[in-house]
Amino acid sequence: MQKSLLLGVEAIAQGAIDGGMSGVYAYPGTPSTEITEYVQHSKQANELNIHSDWAANEKTAMESALGMSYAGKRAMVCMKHVGLNVAADCFMNAAITGTNGGLLVVVADDPSMHSSQNEQDSRVYGKFAMIPILEPSNQQEAYDMARFGFELSEACEIPVMMRITTRLAHSRAGVARSAEVIVQNKLKLPEDKLQFVLLPAIARKRYRKLLSNQEKFEAVSEDSVFNSYIDATDKSMGIIACGLGYNYLMENYPDGDCPYPVVKISQYPIPRTMVQKITSECDKVMVLEEGYPVIEEILKGYLEKEAVIGRLDGTLSRDGELTPDMVGKALGFEIKESFEVPSIVAARPPALCVGCSHIDVYKALNEVVAEYGGGRVFADIGCYTLGALPPFNAINSCVDMGASITMAKGAADAGLIPSVAVIGDSTFTHSGMTGLLDAINEKTPITVIISDNESISMTGGQKSSAKGKLEAICLGLGVEKEHIHVLLPVPKKHDEIKEIFRKEMEYNGVSVIIPRRVCVQKNVRDQKIKKAAMAKAAAKA
Amino acid sequence: MKTDMVIAGVGGQGILSIAAALGSAALDNDLYMKQAETHGMSQRGGDVQSFMRISDKPIYSDLIPKGGADIILSVEPMEALRYLPYLKKGGYVVTNSTPFININNYPEQEKLEATIKALPNYVLIDADRIAKEEVGSARAFNFVMLGAASPFIDVPFEYLEEGIRKIFARKGDEVVDMNIKALHAGRKFSQENR
Ligand code: SF4
Repeated sequence: MQKSLLLGVEAIAQGAIDGGMSGVYAYPGTPSTEITEYVQHSKQANELNIHSDWAANEKTAMESALGMSYAGKRAMVCMKHVGLNVAADCFMNAAITGTNGGLLVVVADDPSMHSSQNEQDSRVYGKFAMIPILEPSNQQEAYDMARFGFELSEACEIPVMMRITTRLAHSRAGVARSAEVIVQNKLKLPEDKLQFVLLPAIARKRYRKLLSNQEKFEAVSEDSVFNSYIDATDKSMGIIACGLGYNYLMENYPDGDCPYPVVKISQYPIPRTMVQKITSECDKVMVLEEGYPVIEEILKGYLEKEAVIGRLDGTLSRDGELTPDMVGKALGFEIKESFEVPSIVAARPPALCVGCSHIDVYKALNEVVAEYGGGRVFADIGCYTLGALPPFNAINSCVDMGASITMAKGAADAGLIPSVAVIGDSTFTHSGMTGLLDAINEKTPITVIISDNESISMTGGQKSSAKGKLEAICLGLGVEKEHIHVLLPVPKKHDEIKEIFRKEMEYNGVSVIIPRRVCVQKNVRDQKIKKAAMAKAAAKA
Repeated sequence: MKTDMVIAGVGGQGILSIAAALGSAALDNDLYMKQAETHGMSQRGGDVQSFMRISDKPIYSDLIPKGGADIILSVEPMEALRYLPYLKKGGYVVTNSTPFININNYPEQEKLEATIKALPNYVLIDADRIAKEEVGSARAFNFVMLGAASPFIDVPFEYLEEGIRKIFARKGDEVVDMNIKALHAGRKFSQENR
């Protein structure tokens, strides 16, 4: 069969398209962004009229997906691990409402923090919500599981989480597509018209249903084609390998001759019988899992003897993504390292692009803030976070989407005046708006700089839901008109920008300054698209 | 038949098109392949790398173990050295000699070349010059580099040509021919200077 060359994230998207999905909802976040982008650029998805526009944040995305599921259709919601924190409110409750059409929640974790603030393991969230979890070990499984996830969700009437990690998300391999494309569900309301109404009396009933379904979820997992027990003769050790951990294990046995029994886990809840078998037959058990020691901790509770090894006892590093070398070392193989990195190799940290508008904002801001003494600039998540690094050293915080404004507010409440928040246009609509409302309600003296480049640039220039709406939103939330300034961040305007910053930092209330210039990269891409469209039109004419 | 390769460079230098040609070459000829790449943060002028694995047997890991790469292919000289721990004994470093300087403490050119020349197996090629002067398109330097690495890649050379043909088919014959010409120019240099 002809195979397509797909990234793990693309395999999920294609699997969902072929699996009868009617819509994907997401806010971009590395390493999950390309799932939605793939659907957006897919001709097939377009012809099938699959919804794929960006949401304002992960919570709104999750809620919309649940709405689509309510209406009987198959929906997917995608986010990175920290995005699940934003969506958590709806995510946890969706486990109680259950689903009508299949609902797949894809969460891309980032162990080793290649481009994230923490390493949290979404399997913990899945377990917290008590729903089934799928964890593909390769691109083919990612494709198959997207299709299967919808079926599982519909069979169990529950959202299904698919947890992936950076390495699988951004790694490409040949994927065989299924010959059959599943037809989208018809519109169909839930049989129980109160299923989704989480009034306490109903919620209690639904929660009991969720609890009583746990055994069923476990049984399904026990029979899953994605979980297997691979026997072997050397019972001095058994290995439980989850997701990509299985690959790193087998990488050390190139001929497939792992001497120890292995339980490969790619579907949760944990298949109890398999785990019981391996723990009872083998002298000790090594757990290979990417992220938190989820299974390891559970087993430590099960077993009396100290026979479980993995991340908790230091056999594997407690943090960071798994690698074949880390696993090899744990298995007693020597790392083959042959050369060292020569000392002349210098670090090449990421930096703001030449000509980026954020540079002009930071240059002016730094000079004005210096007049008051530093340590008072709270920033947020986006390209402008790079302003924390030299040569700018311009910001003092970056915690989560939207925290710039609320942290500046808290600091101002504490007496740090002036306090400045720097936030991007998209991040502002993601989670900054509500914080701004808090500040307005209390007339807290903060200066909010919405560095507007009309794009979600960090993840590649997706459409910002703030586009063309910022002034209206700020006015609507109650910022005084004379304290909203829009300016053009270019070197020529340096002094003018400083003047406005200084004036508003002196103001004893909420000010919003919007330096607006489109992202350089986005501009180049847009021009290219425009040119191509014009050439196409010319060729037609 | 098996080649493990680290493709290295700086964000925006287009190492992914090299990987794409190789990937399509492998897949269309029923070889297994896995290619892990870097997205996100590292794209703002930071260093990027892609692990490329091709084999006639199934491949497990997306990552190459340390000391396991047959080739480090770098489109920039300093980046070739960053991934040396991945190179196996007897493996080849194939690198462009034209530096990409976007940091203040970029090493001196001479020291850099001396370090590369101290390696047991290397090809140091001015792919930018060859692309401009011999191929007639500065942009084709990526495929000069792939050509230079080709003698050490355990995949028939025609497969690589096919790969290029396939990924550039949409852009027309001229672009395809240009990049194949670049592939040949790189290969020739490497065969004469290994
Ligand atoms: S991608 Fe855009 S916003 Fe980000 S650093 Fe480059 S120019 Fe600035």
